[in-house]
Amino acid sequence: MTIAEPIAELPQIDEEEAQRARRRRNEKIGSWVLPILVITFSIWIWDRIVVWNELPHYILPGPGRVLEALIEDWAILFDSLLVTLQITFGALAIAVAGGVGLAVLFTQSRWIEMSFFPYAVILQVTPVVSIAPLIFIYVDSRLAGLLICAWIVAFFPILSNTTMGLNSADHNLRDLFKVYGSSRWQRLRFLQLPSALPYFLGGLRIAGGLSLIGAVVAEYVAGTGGIGSGLAFRILEAGYRLNIPRMFAALFLIAMTGVVIYATLSFISHMALRKWHESAIKREA
Amino acid sequence: MNTATKAALDASGAAPLGARAPVLSLNNIDKVFGRDVVALKGMSLDIQAGDFISLLGPSGCGKSTALRLIADLIHPTSGSIRWQVEKTPGALSVVFQEPSLMPWATVADNVWLPFRLQGKTRTSVKDDIAEALELVGLENFHNAYPRELSGGMKMRVSIARALVTHPRIILMDEPFAALDEITRFKLNNDLLELKSKIGCTVVFVTHSVFESVFLSDRIVVMAARPGRVIRELHVNEPYPRSEEFRTSSEYVAHCRAASDALRDAMEEHA
Ligand SMILES: Nc1ncnc2c1ncn2[C@@H]1O[C@H](COP(=O)(O)OP(=O)(O)OP(=O)(O)O)[C@@H](O)[C@H]1O
Ligand SMILES: [Mg+2]
Repeated sequence: MTIAEPIAELPQIDEEEAQRARRRRNEKIGSWVLPILVITFSIWIWDRIVVWNELPHYILPGPGRVLEALIEDWAILFDSLLVTLQITFGALAIAVAGGVGLAVLFTQSRWIEMSFFPYAVILQVTPVVSIAPLIFIYVDSRLAGLLICAWIVAFFPILSNTTMGLNSADHNLRDLFKVYGSSRWQRLRFLQLPSALPYFLGGLRIAGGLSLIGAVVAEYVAGTGGIGSGLAFRILEAGYRLNIPRMFAALFLIAMTGVVIYATLSFISHMALRKWHESAIKREA
Repeated sequence: MNTATKAALDASGAAPLGARAPVLSLNNIDKVFGRDVVALKGMSLDIQAGDFISLLGPSGCGKSTALRLIADLIHPTSGSIRWQVEKTPGALSVVFQEPSLMPWATVADNVWLPFRLQGKTRTSVKDDIAEALELVGLENFHNAYPRELSGGMKMRVSIARALVTHPRIILMDEPFAALDEITRFKLNNDLLELKSKIGCTVVFVTHSVFESVFLSDRIVVMAARPGRVIRELHVNEPYPRSEEFRTSSEYVAHCRAASDALRDAMEEHA
C-alpha cells in the first residue's frame, strides 16, 4: 500500500472480498433454488416413468393422480392428519414435561438418578414396535395407548439432553452461587435451567420428529381403525384396498408434517437462543 | 509539584495503615485431599482491613486451595479460619481466572446476580449496579451481552459483579492471567484505583512476580509439596501507585527480592 493511492478507491472492496460476497449470495439463492429444481425434476422423472412404462395406478400412480387423491380424499385425510397431529403433539408435550421433570429430579438427587436412569435407557433401547402390542392389551383407551407409545420414543432425547445441560453449568458460577449462599431452587432457576436451555432445545428438535414416528408406528401396531384413526391407518387401509394414490397422498402428508415440525422447532430454538448462544449466532452471520 | 504529589502519596498511603483492623485469620491450616495429597500444611495468615495480599508461588502450591478455604467452598482438614468481622451475605466475593459470566444475561443482569440471590429486585439495586459498572468503566454497556465484549471488558464485568455488594474482602484467583499484557497492565492500574476508592481488602493469587509487587503491600510466597508459606514480603510503597512505579528502582528491588524468594520456593521441593 502506498500513500499515493487515491483515497476515492479505498471504500472499494478488493477482488477477494467481492468474490466472497458473490459466493455467499449465490449460496443463499442456491440453498432455495437447488432443492426446488431437484424436486421438480424428480417429479417429472416420476411422471415420465409412469407414462413411458404405462404403469397401472395400483402399482405406481403418477404425481397427478396422487394430487387428485389428495384433493378428492381431503376430508378423510385431513381428519386423519388432525388425529396424527393430536397424538404427536400430545406425546411431545408429555415427553417435554416428563423429560424435563425427570431431568430436574435427577440433578437434585444422585440417588434418584442412579435408581432410575438405567430404566430410562432400557425403555429407550427397546424397540417400540415390540412393546406396543403389550401396551394395547393393558391400556383400554386407544388414544392413551398411542400416546404412551409415541411418548416412549420421544422422551429419551429430552431427558438425556436436559440432564446433560443441567449438569453443564459453569463450575465457577456454581461456586459463586455457593459463595453467595444461594438456595437449591435459586441454583436451579438462575443457573442450571438457563444452562440447560440449548441442550433441551436440541433434544426437543429430535423429539419432535421422533414423536411423529412414534405416533405413526404405534398406529400401525394398533391396527384397528374406524372413526378417529390417523394417517398411518389410512395408509394401511389404502394398501388393503389397493388405493395406492391415496397411500401416496397420506405418505406425503406425514412427510410434510415432519418437515413442518422440524422447521418450527428449529425456529423456536433459534429465537430462544439468538441473543446469546453460539449455535444461533453463527446462523445469523 | 513533584514534592506535593509525593506528599499526597505518602498521606494516602499512611491512612489505611492507621485504620488497620483484623478481618480474618487462618490458623495453622492443613488441607489434605484424598488420603495423601497435602495441598496445604500449617498455613497461617492474618488479613487486616485494607490489605492487598498476593499469594505468589509455583503451580500446585495450594494458592487456589487457600482461596477456596477462605471462601468456605471447602473446609480445612485441621486448623481454623476465624472471621473477626461480621460475615454478612455479600461480605465476601470472588473473581476467577475466567470471567465466568452468565452468557444468557445482559451485563447489568450479571452484576445484579449477588443481589438477586439475596432476593432483591433489580429496581431496588439499580443504583448499586450502575455505580459498580461505572467504577469499572462500563457505564455504557448495561444491555450488552457478554459475547459482545472483549476479554478485558468481560473481566471488568466480573469485577463489577464482585464489587456490587460492597464486600469486606475480595478473593481473586489469577484474574488477569488469560489477558494480554497491555490489558493486564491497564486492569492492574484500574484495580488499585478501585481499591483505594472503595477501601476493601483483596487477596490476590498470581504467578507473576511483577504483578504481585505492583499491586500488593504484602506478598505471601508459597512452596509446593506440601503447599506452605515460606516467606512474607512487605512492599512498603505508598498508594496510589502510578505507571511510573513500574520503572522505579524501588520496584525493581522489590521484584528482585520476590524473585529470589520464589526461586527458593521452587528449589525447596526440587
Ligand atoms: N479437589 C481436589 N482434589 C484433589 N486434589 C486437589 C483438589 N484441588 C487441588 N488439589 C491438589 O492440591 C494441590 C494444590 O492445588 P491448587 O489448585 O490449590 O494449586 P495452585 O497453587 O492454585 O496451582 P495453580 O497455580 O496451578 O493454579 C495440587 O497438587 C492439586 O493437585
Ligand atoms: Mg490455582
